Amino acid sequence: MNAIQRTNLGQAWLVLLLALLFGMSLAGVQAALGPKIEENKLKETLEKVPVVILGQQAADELNAKGETLVITPNTVAVEKGPVTKYYTLYKADFKDGTLAGWVVKTKGQGYADKIELLVGMDADAAKVTGLFILDQKETPGLGNKIVEDAWRAQYSNKETTTPFKVVKLATGGVNEIDAISGATISSKAVTKFVNQAVSDLKPRVAQFKDSDGKGVQ
Amino acid sequence: MADQPTATERFLQGILPENPVYRQLLGLCPTLAVTNGMQPAITMACSVAFVLICANVVISLLRNLLKPHLRIVIFTLTIATFVTIADRVLAAYLYQMSKTLGPYIPLIIVNCLIICRCEVCASKQSPFIAASDALGQSLGFGLALVSIAAVRELLGTGGLFGYQLLPAAWPDWVIMVLPPGAFITLGLLLGLVNWYSARKSGGSI
Repeated sequence: MNAIQRTNLGQAWLVLLLALLFGMSLAGVQAALGPKIEENKLKETLEKVPVVILGQQAADELNAKGETLVITPNTVAVEKGPVTKYYTLYKADFKDGTLAGWVVKTKGQGYADKIELLVGMDADAAKVTGLFILDQKETPGLGNKIVEDAWRAQYSNKETTTPFKVVKLATGGVNEIDAISGATISSKAVTKFVNQAVSDLKPRVAQFKDSDGKGVQ
Repeated sequence: MADQPTATERFLQGILPENPVYRQLLGLCPTLAVTNGMQPAITMACSVAFVLICANVVISLLRNLLKPHLRIVIFTLTIATFVTIADRVLAAYLYQMSKTLGPYIPLIIVNCLIICRCEVCASKQSPFIAASDALGQSLGFGLALVSIAAVRELLGTGGLFGYQLLPAAWPDWVIMVLPPGAFITLGLLLGLVNWYSARKSGGSI
């Protein structure tokens, strides 16, 4: 009996057993609630598409008139050497059928965890119209300032010809983004994802112009 | 162990004599961070209550199997599991609130209040006593959060739960809903509670 207790397994069996049981129950929770959480995210995405393309004010005005944009989701595969990156590209049309713009959903590694964001572009993908952070777990008080309107506004209505660049103390240069003090990594990560999404999808949006508006409203 | 407190004693101790925030100064990170409004404060208090009660009962059931050098691992494993469940449930049913609270829900894992109760009570006493201990401590934590949030939201926005209560002429003290307001309120309430208990027990300050 003592010999068994002295082995590693004799010491740690409870930890291993609990880890297994808890892991299984968490898998169960995820299986049960995962679809619901994804649904919440999708709902939020569709709500934010008009805001990201038109800006808060115009989106509110559109809502007040009782109109919505017709949103069509597309999956775009961009080949990058050995890996293929998949983006969700939302095409948004006004009711009369004119193209309002595009929204790209992208994500990548931030400072603490994955950052998931929406990047809005106008109809010709000539300008970035806005940015919305869907999910982030950056440091409270520092990195999580990426969600604030004032900081995100730096990306609104900027030409896509020059990539965004993070600088400390922006001096008003073309497409300069002011780094959040204490959160340079978070600032740079978001900027990198925006630049990547723009450069990957700018040449591709034209081929989705004819995707019909039978998607989700 | 005859000298261990009973279930009723455990329950009552948690509310004021051993209040987690005002007497033990535990769990101050969420106390400072989410008390800028009543709604986030109540959501946080409920999540902590859920995690604390579940963790205390599970640890108490396992108490005879715990090995001294592995007990902290088991506490952390148990707490992390229930925190993840709370986080997922909030994301599924209270999505906006879960975004407002952001990383503070996953951070309940490192709330030392919970590991403290596992160590002090649950690993030594029966599930019933552990549950009433957890209930008392959660109530104490909830009361502390709600009292701080009430002061901050009322002075900072002139209302509670978004309803205007003070006259419209009230100049909203925005600083109260910003981080400095958390420190100021916590300090003042802490002083008040200690002054009150000292006076009641006949001590002097």
